[in-house]
Amino acid sequence: MKLTPLYGEHKKLLARFAPFGGWYMPISYEGILAEHKAARESAAVFDICHMGEFVFRGDAAELDSAVTRNVSSLPAGKSRYGFLLNDKGGIIDDLIIFRTGEEEFMIVVNAATAENDYEVLKKRLMSIESQPLSLSLPISHESQPLSPSLTDISAETAKIDLQGPLSRDVLKETLGIDTALKYFNFAHFEILGEKAMISRTGYTGELGYEIFINSSKAVELWSKLLSDGRVKAAGLGARDILRLEMGYSLYGHDIDENTTPAEAGLDMFVDYDKDFAGKKALLSRKAAGAAKKKVAFKSEGRRSPRAHYRILSGGKDIGEVTSGVFSPSLSCGIGLGFVEASLPVISDIMISDGGRVELKAKITDAPFLKETSLRN
Amino acid sequence: MDIFYTKDHEWVKVEGRSGVMGISAYAVKQLGDITYVELPEAGKEITKGVVVCTVESVKAASDIYAPVAAKITEVNSALESAPEKMNASPEEEGWIAKLEISDPDASKGLMTAAQYDEFVKSLG
Repeated sequence: MKLTPLYGEHKKLLARFAPFGGWYMPISYEGILAEHKAARESAAVFDICHMGEFVFRGDAAELDSAVTRNVSSLPAGKSRYGFLLNDKGGIIDDLIIFRTGEEEFMIVVNAATAENDYEVLKKRLMSIESQPLSLSLPISHESQPLSPSLTDISAETAKIDLQGPLSRDVLKETLGIDTALKYFNFAHFEILGEKAMISRTGYTGELGYEIFINSSKAVELWSKLLSDGRVKAAGLGARDILRLEMGYSLYGHDIDENTTPAEAGLDMFVDYDKDFAGKKALLSRKAAGAAKKKVAFKSEGRRSPRAHYRILSGGKDIGEVTSGVFSPSLSCGIGLGFVEASLPVISDIMISDGGRVELKAKITDAPFLKETSLRN
Repeated sequence: MDIFYTKDHEWVKVEGRSGVMGISAYAVKQLGDITYVELPEAGKEITKGVVVCTVESVKAASDIYAPVAAKITEVNSALESAPEKMNASPEEEGWIAKLEISDPDASKGLMTAAQYDEFVKSLG
């Protein structure tokens, strides 16, 4: 089991741990509800060092052919959320691509899938003539473009997320960084004498930032942020509730290799105006009609729907819950799941564990929370 | 009133044939924030070891077992809207049910408070 550079800090805070994507991660410190509240009302800091970061140096058109988003049209200083697809159009991973230069991109991926993502991207991005063999050849002309390269910088990169309506104030007053960064924009700043990247992104639905800094500074940055009385340490338990209240998918639960972006209701993160791996299969699957469709639902009462519970309509089993929690913001159960795509529009459903638990639920729009500080 | 504990972390306070049951401070700490309690029905007869009710936390749903054989005489309906009382006061305000104990020798096989403390310590 892998440990992040902040493991010792979590131990000091008496965190509860659990395995997650091959890592031993903090699930909660003071309590999931208190940590959720901090992120919604004040600010919370999350250790997200387990996620993977790669740097691609090369032609944007190459990267365009590997992922679903158009990166050629992405300006430097901005990022886009998209997918890496298999040849059947299924999702290998969801990721964010940051354009850090004309021919330089940072790609942030999930922890459990990072290793495979790297292999897939390497195959797609390194054309035959630029395999290591060519590196030993002398470069005859200075004007010749550099060989493309893909580097895994996960080990030396710490990712610390600061999320919550007060996070901009915390950046300003505790780190001395006064920024008006807009959603899905990023910039480099000096933090603790180190060049760090701050991105206005997150997984909570609140105003917030993802900070990428050299791993050697992780402990110092973490402690500095927590020295601000408005900031609480929050674990993956709170993060899961926060993301689900926004209807965000979690890889391995709500999306996977057998699910296309269209089935998952995430087709807006696929740019069909260019070619990319998996596009052909996506189009033919769309033409044939999707087998399943994603739904978001709210259940009555405080009882929590949970992953793998069945979704019933008129007594008939029509699908499965992929994520479910008790929403502290709404005081009811919420969840995501898939139902048969051929069914007419339904509103009233039942969520069942196949035994004693039967919850009345209604299909609704995501996000479940409409009013947050996300775009403040 | 004497208090006894089970290995599954329920407690029962016994005074003659009347009792009160709930789950221990250790149990609620393990569960984390409790968000829902499925209370049993008053009047129900329970035998020792059967599932009495379910408690849900932000992490999981857990079954609560009967510490003794009894008839449920009253349930703590305050937990329906305020399940967090179980976290705040697991062995007082967070009680689950009042009981009319069937077995005169009900504490047999249960742990005393001191024994339970030792047991919890042994769990690390």
